[in-house]
Amino acid sequence: MTRETTVEAKAVGKTFGHGTSAFRALDNVSIRIDRGEFFTLLGPSGCGKTTLLRCIAGFESPSVGTILLSGRDITAEPPNRRPVNTVFQSYALFPHLTVTQNVAFGLEMLGRPKAQVAATVARMLALVKLEAFAGRKPAQLSGGQQQRVALARALAPAPEVLLLDEPLSALDLKLRKEMQSELKRLQHETGITFVFVTHDQEEALTMSDRVGVMSAGKLLQVGTPREIYNNPVSRFVADFIGETNFLPGVARGGVVRLASGEAVAERVANGPVTVAVRPEQVRIAAAGTRGIPALVARCVYFGTDTHVHMTLEGGVEVVARVQSPPSGDAGFAPGAKVVVLFAPDSVQVLDD
Amino acid sequence: MSDRSFSVARVPGFATIAVTAFVLLYLPILTMVGYSFNASTSVSEWGGFSLQWYRLAWENETVKAATARSLIIASFAAVISTAVATMAALGTTRRGSFRGQTPIYVMINTPLMVPEIVTAVALLILFGVVRQVTGYQGLGYLILAHSAFCIPFAYLPIRARLEGMDLTLETAAADLYATPWATFRRITLPILTPGIMAGAMLAFVISLDDVIITEFVKSAGQDTLPTYMLGALRRQLTPEVNALSTALLALTVMLLTAFFLTTRKRN
Ligand SMILES: Nc1ncnc2c1ncn2[C@@H]1O[C@H](COP(=O)(O)OP(=O)(O)OP(=O)(O)O)[C@@H](O)[C@H]1O
Ligand SMILES: [Mg+2]
Repeated sequence: MTRETTVEAKAVGKTFGHGTSAFRALDNVSIRIDRGEFFTLLGPSGCGKTTLLRCIAGFESPSVGTILLSGRDITAEPPNRRPVNTVFQSYALFPHLTVTQNVAFGLEMLGRPKAQVAATVARMLALVKLEAFAGRKPAQLSGGQQQRVALARALAPAPEVLLLDEPLSALDLKLRKEMQSELKRLQHETGITFVFVTHDQEEALTMSDRVGVMSAGKLLQVGTPREIYNNPVSRFVADFIGETNFLPGVARGGVVRLASGEAVAERVANGPVTVAVRPEQVRIAAAGTRGIPALVARCVYFGTDTHVHMTLEGGVEVVARVQSPPSGDAGFAPGAKVVVLFAPDSVQVLDD
Repeated sequence: MSDRSFSVARVPGFATIAVTAFVLLYLPILTMVGYSFNASTSVSEWGGFSLQWYRLAWENETVKAATARSLIIASFAAVISTAVATMAALGTTRRGSFRGQTPIYVMINTPLMVPEIVTAVALLILFGVVRQVTGYQGLGYLILAHSAFCIPFAYLPIRARLEGMDLTLETAAADLYATPWATFRRITLPILTPGIMAGAMLAFVISLDDVIITEFVKSAGQDTLPTYMLGALRRQLTPEVNALSTALLALTVMLLTAFFLTTRKRN
């Protein structure tokens, strides 16, 4: 199946300021986003996610590189000519207009006939379940309702791409979960390409078709949630997405060994490496059996899981996530001698 | 209560000072209002209730002409100064700090600080020259002068309103296919309207009240209500002036009430 590209960024860079105060917010970012995809940009605060979205929307023009929409170069087009709409983090609802007028705004600016505007607005309000609030002003709505108005307003002109800049960060946890599935449903029903920004890795993993991980203006890795989680390309990505154990190792003669001498993976290139293992892939067995000897340091109870912190020879700490038993503790007393094993294919070898 | 922060209300003598201040502020006004209904010709002797001074003022053609002139000048001045102030506010607030920002703020607000008499003399001289050259004698000079000194008063509420406005609203409008002009007309201007109304009302009141600049700039036969009253007082102190002052006060209070209502409504 060939996939059609909607948005494409080609070697986009953005520098703010001049001379000594110049700051590079985007550094050679290239990305292709497929039509109908739920694409998430994930990264720590200040890594350039908003800047990239603003470049796509046209609020910011890239210092270098081009932005393409369905193959057309739109780098020089002002935001009001781009068939791209944004859901702002602060919602930015027009306070003097009613919900209906807010949702109708984009359609009116596009010069759509009155009857069509009314019909589309009604459809949008039904889509976000806000029919009962059509006549209200934004100030008379709750945070979640305002959020839905912002969504309806941005979806109404049926843009090619919908940009969402941390739209859920102002909501409390319960509402956030609700809106996450709501967003997925809306994306499914409208078939519009969503480019979603978050710095919540769980949100990124559960909602996205593909995720782009950013750091310090660079796009580090793009892939499905599974690829990003299971095959991170760098220590940063592995660390940012979920929890990971990092162990120093050395590759020699095609085999990667830990400091303890245990062979844990294969690798052609020689040299020092970092071995990454997810806590849920670490097994604990009784001392004396085959495995890497370790000492239990402490157990931390997390409800469904218990995290067992252990130290290997040489002082390296390893965390295993085990299911909490129905009663009592996980049965690992601090100071107990055990061995740890890594599940097959669970070990990632990263360059130092 | 464990509120131990400084409260001026607990300073000894606070109540006395407050009451004195209020008495000084409002007693003269109340006296004036009271005596405007005086039946006696004397300004200080109470001769019973009567509306005769209001009737007298109402029938006085000079008063009518002066009132009409005042209202015309104030209306023009309010419209012109508000339009200029709106543009000034848009030009000075919709961006980050820029070169020359402080000098521009100072220049816009200088008329608030320069002694009015200085402005008056300056205008007298300038308009004297213009009169000689053009021969024009109309109300234009007064309208222009009033428009100028009303600008900073109109500017302040408009700027305050603009500064409170979320700039992402304009970004959002552009995102929703609005051209810059449509964004201004459909989003910025409506949100700004209460500030503009407040600015216009303030300018109107300030223009209506002005004596000094008007006195210097007006030609013969161009008395406004305040300069007419000043002239009347010079000739003879009659309760008619009380009646006129009371009427002017009533109008000002009405406008200021409207001003506060429009500025308060935003929350
Ligand atoms: N107009 C600007 N002028 C100067 N620097 C800017 C400007 N806009 C953004 N930056 C800088 O660019 C970097 C990236 O900003 P951006 O807003 O894209 O981050 P972000 O990834 O969206 O972060 P967050 O998760 O906190 O929203 C930041 O370090 C920021 O300080
Ligand atoms: Mg951001």
